[in-house]
Amino acid sequence: MDTYSLLRQIADSWVLLVMFLFFLGVIVWVLRPGSSKLHEDIANIPLRNDSPRE
Amino acid sequence: MGTVIKLAALGMIAVFAAYAANMAHDLAYMVNALIVFIVAVGLFIWTINRSNIPNRMPNGHGAPAEGYMDDVIRYGVIATALWGVVGFLAGVYIAFQLAFPELNLGYSFTSFGRLRPLHTSAVIFAFGGNALIATSFYVVQRTSAARLWGGNLAWFVFWGYQLTIVLAATAYLFGGSQSKEYAELPWHVDLWLTVVWVAYLAVFLGTIIKRKEPHIYVANWFYLSFIVTVAMLHVVNNLALPVSVFGSASYSAFSGVQDAMTQWWYGHNAVGFFLTAGFLGMMYYFVPKQAERPVYSYKLSIVHFWALIFLYIWAGPHHLHYTALPEWASTLGMVFSIILWMPSWGGMINGLMTLSGAWDKLRTDPIIRMMVVSIGFYGMSTFEGPMMSIKAVNSLSHYTDWTIGHVHSGALGWNGMITFGALYFLVPRLWNRERLYSLSLVNWHFWLATIGIVLYAASMWVTGIMEGLMWREYDAQGFLLNSFADTVGAKFPMYLVRGLGGVLFLVGAVIMCFNLYQTIRGKVRDERAPAGATVAAE
Repeated sequence: MDTYSLLRQIADSWVLLVMFLFFLGVIVWVLRPGSSKLHEDIANIPLRNDSPRE
Repeated sequence: MGTVIKLAALGMIAVFAAYAANMAHDLAYMVNALIVFIVAVGLFIWTINRSNIPNRMPNGHGAPAEGYMDDVIRYGVIATALWGVVGFLAGVYIAFQLAFPELNLGYSFTSFGRLRPLHTSAVIFAFGGNALIATSFYVVQRTSAARLWGGNLAWFVFWGYQLTIVLAATAYLFGGSQSKEYAELPWHVDLWLTVVWVAYLAVFLGTIIKRKEPHIYVANWFYLSFIVTVAMLHVVNNLALPVSVFGSASYSAFSGVQDAMTQWWYGHNAVGFFLTAGFLGMMYYFVPKQAERPVYSYKLSIVHFWALIFLYIWAGPHHLHYTALPEWASTLGMVFSIILWMPSWGGMINGLMTLSGAWDKLRTDPIIRMMVVSIGFYGMSTFEGPMMSIKAVNSLSHYTDWTIGHVHSGALGWNGMITFGALYFLVPRLWNRERLYSLSLVNWHFWLATIGIVLYAASMWVTGIMEGLMWREYDAQGFLLNSFADTVGAKFPMYLVRGLGGVLFLVGAVIMCFNLYQTIRGKVRDERAPAGATVAAE
């Protein structure tokens, strides 16, 4: 099989699946129970730190 | 010891640049070489001067650097504002060239073909790029609670980037270009930009690594994806073999449709990561700051980020519908462009809803108004873009002025307005001023810019669709009804309106420069609160 067809086949199957699952994983991870408190804390980062911390 | 090495390197660069200028095969290369020569000699003298007086600088060797590193950001803010005016002025001029070809003036240096890349590079890379570098340095320090990593490396990034801009602009004017849209830089400037960009990545990443906050705020994710992706795009799309070390001409490593696809993979992701991801980094910091409340949904911002990253990279082929590109690739580009609508609007909603509970600020704060309009244009152009990527729509819109209108509603509306908002936010803080010189001037800028964009976009919709329809108009025998020149003649009134829109936008930017200049000088204009504020006070 030539390189193009080989790469094309890998991209069409496993790589596509891996990327899709990774993306779904991100969404699940974001919505996991208990993340809200953490996200609230991160979202407030811009509203503090007017000077660098030691 | 370090000084000796530096001087030796600068001396060698100067000698080589002088030699290269002498050997140059073309004018653009010679001018670039002379600029490098002058810069190297200037730096040589500067380095000698500085080495004679040790520790003259308050933050020189010896004294430990404290606080956030804001000097380089102050320079970046000024550079952004000035390059902005230069880029807008060039745009207005070439807009009138299209209406009045006499404005080409008969010189090669002032012809549309050379001024157009000057305009696009000045607004995207000089104005937008400086805005991104300056704000990313500001944001990464504040969200990491850490000083910029790398000491003077940040200065190298700033000045190195300015040198890239000057080399590019002079190369374009003197006829050096590799003829790839938004990647016109000749090969030698490409190499220099790569060095600067790697230094930029190092400064940004180094600061994130030494952060004092346990988490990386979402704005930094966007900035980082912008820096990394642009590095990848730039290197791959500019793979080329120079004809000679002493000339600006080079040949691309790709040919035919592969070259076209690589170019638009670069081109569309320049839009996606330079003009979208990077500026979203600005949005996720400056909108919460100006509204004084955290982003509407942090969860949505994470999904926004990953969806954008996974989708944007595939959208490029929609620039090549109905060409030699295989149909599956073209369809793939179209489908991903349409899916991209969702994360884009997720981001828009996230930005707008950050104001929920603070909508009254829209009436009293012209800066937040600017940011909100900017997010509105982000939503509008990320709806228009996917629509235009649909093949049936594209068969009408492609090669017409509609495309130009779409680009400008995104660039002027989204990138321009969010940058203006960020500049108005930054200047009083960076120079420790109580407030801006004048809020009513911000108001003037807001309305001039908004009306300017509306005139621009509306006239381009009209002329674009008109031109597309004229091109496909047949008579009963199946002959085309209109010649190309017929469409050019029919577009004249719309070109005037577009030029007028550009003038308004430019005037707004000049007003901004005056306002920022007065703010930096420490002046405060005695003025009544803007109309909305008095109503609120009653």
